[in-house]
Amino acid sequence: MLRIEKLSVSYGTRRVLHNVSLEVETGEVFVLIGPNGAGKSTLVRAASGVIPLLGGKIRTNGDDLAALPPMQRARYLAVVPQAVALPPAFTVWETVLMGRTPYLNFLGQASTKDDEIIRTALQKVDALDLSERRVGELSGGEQQRVLLARALAQSTPILLLDEPTSNLDLHYQVSLMETVRQLARRDNLAVLIALHDLNLAARYADRVALLVQGKIKAVGAPRQVLTPDLISTAYHLPVQVVPHPFAGVPLVLPDSPTELKVES
Amino acid sequence: MRKSSFPYAASLTLLALAILISIAIGAVFIPPADVWKALTGLIAGNLPASLETSAFILWKIRLPRTALVLLTGAALGGSGAAYQGLFRNPLADPYLIGVASGAGLGAVLAMNVRWPYTFWGLMAVPAAAFIGALLTVFVVYMLARIGKTVPTTNLILAGVAFGSFATALISFLMLRSTGELRRAIAWLLGGSSQAGWGPVLTILPYLAIGLGILLLSGHALNLLQFGDDQAQQLGLPVTRTKTLILIAASLATAAAVSFSGIIGFVGLIVPHVMRLWFGADYRRLLPLSVLGGAGMLLVADVLARVVMAPQELPVGIITALAGAPFFLWVLRRAKAQGFW
Repeated sequence: MLRIEKLSVSYGTRRVLHNVSLEVETGEVFVLIGPNGAGKSTLVRAASGVIPLLGGKIRTNGDDLAALPPMQRARYLAVVPQAVALPPAFTVWETVLMGRTPYLNFLGQASTKDDEIIRTALQKVDALDLSERRVGELSGGEQQRVLLARALAQSTPILLLDEPTSNLDLHYQVSLMETVRQLARRDNLAVLIALHDLNLAARYADRVALLVQGKIKAVGAPRQVLTPDLISTAYHLPVQVVPHPFAGVPLVLPDSPTELKVES
Repeated sequence: MRKSSFPYAASLTLLALAILISIAIGAVFIPPADVWKALTGLIAGNLPASLETSAFILWKIRLPRTALVLLTGAALGGSGAAYQGLFRNPLADPYLIGVASGAGLGAVLAMNVRWPYTFWGLMAVPAAAFIGALLTVFVVYMLARIGKTVPTTNLILAGVAFGSFATALISFLMLRSTGELRRAIAWLLGGSSQAGWGPVLTILPYLAIGLGILLLSGHALNLLQFGDDQAQQLGLPVTRTKTLILIAASLATAAAVSFSGIIGFVGLIVPHVMRLWFGADYRRLLPLSVLGGAGMLLVADVLARVVMAPQELPVGIITALAGAPFFLWVLRRAKAQGFW
């Protein structure tokens, strides 16, 4: 369980997040949506402890994660970043091993138990056969799976993902989201994902939060948040929302470009 | 996953070979068999009269020189690997980023105040070199930094500019001084011509601490390759670790420079070759670069002794002749790939 309480962050004098509060339950996939610059990535970074907080708490079962040293925090919370500019020369195995950092000694020696956890993590993302390949030789989709495996190797109850699908084609987008949802259910992870794609959010989120200019505008099930009103206002764009023909979830369609011209 | 010991075995064998050559070859050639007999004789106290000269040369000249070159090379190889990892930059090298020159400037300043040629007098030189090295890293890094990144070109440009400035100051100080000039020139040519065990013992503590910390930093450097954010999210206290590694690498560089002068490119070539051969894992790369650096500088030093014998070349000439073309090759390769 992850509870973010009244989180505020500023870059210099610019306030990026204002008193953001949200709670991600165990086993839940919680998706953060919002236009560019709304503060989605900032929220993920702040929750993971890499930028200082202006105020607020990051809690899990009472512990304040923001107050912990990095090594201990990394046992509670793992981050899957975008697979860009990864060091190309490490092998997949070596990369996933780094997820074991919070449990290794400073020499980074892995025990057989660590090896077993790494193997399981690679299996979960279906990348065990890539173990000996170099990360630089992999496709974007494969690299993203490796980063997911690295986060799983951290064995944390909380998983944060920052725009994990933005460099992936349709197939990998869907398969990554499927994998993440399965993991949340099966391993009882609290999963928070920052996503651009509203329709992926609608399809895979248990709950959605709409973030606009650093403030939460709405939280709830996809059909409660992905409404024409809320989305049009947030994105400054008239949209239609129709039910997905098979899944029944909301499907967001931007209106015609002429409307867009009128708007601007 | 692979826990092969082959890279270590190969590096150690090559290093042992280089040590043997370095001990045997010089103005007088001493056959390996005689080296063995003379050394065992020295230790056991039953030195045959025929080997007295050889034993003298070995103990007073060859062994200390070999030891100093070995330690210097180890320091340059290890700190080169650490700088490359720290700056996430394949062209970082104690020489190219100006740290060696900065350390040199510190060393020359210390020599200029005429410390007595005693143990504590000698100690002041590496201490001053260390301060020079740290200040240089700081200045060059600040100059080269754009936001959170340190682009390769900026790092090299800032390093070369600062290095030239420091070298100019070194030349100025050396020309100005009179009494100490001989010692300073001897230093610039490679302190290995300062015979005896003094320099070896003097830099040993600096090296032990510097290289010791670096050898324990392999996993941390691996994490840092993913950038500060990810390293911290994976559990590394980033700022503290980077500072520690920076200090350790500068300590090793300072130790190398303070008695062996400014030797370029060893810290560039060795980690690169090791990375090409044995992979990017710093847990392996660091010890291998230490071994390889020692081996490479020993070979360069032997060449420096024999190419124009009986005259000796500064070993820096040899490493630059091999290293500069290598540097250009790496630069082109890094450019072509968009990463290293």
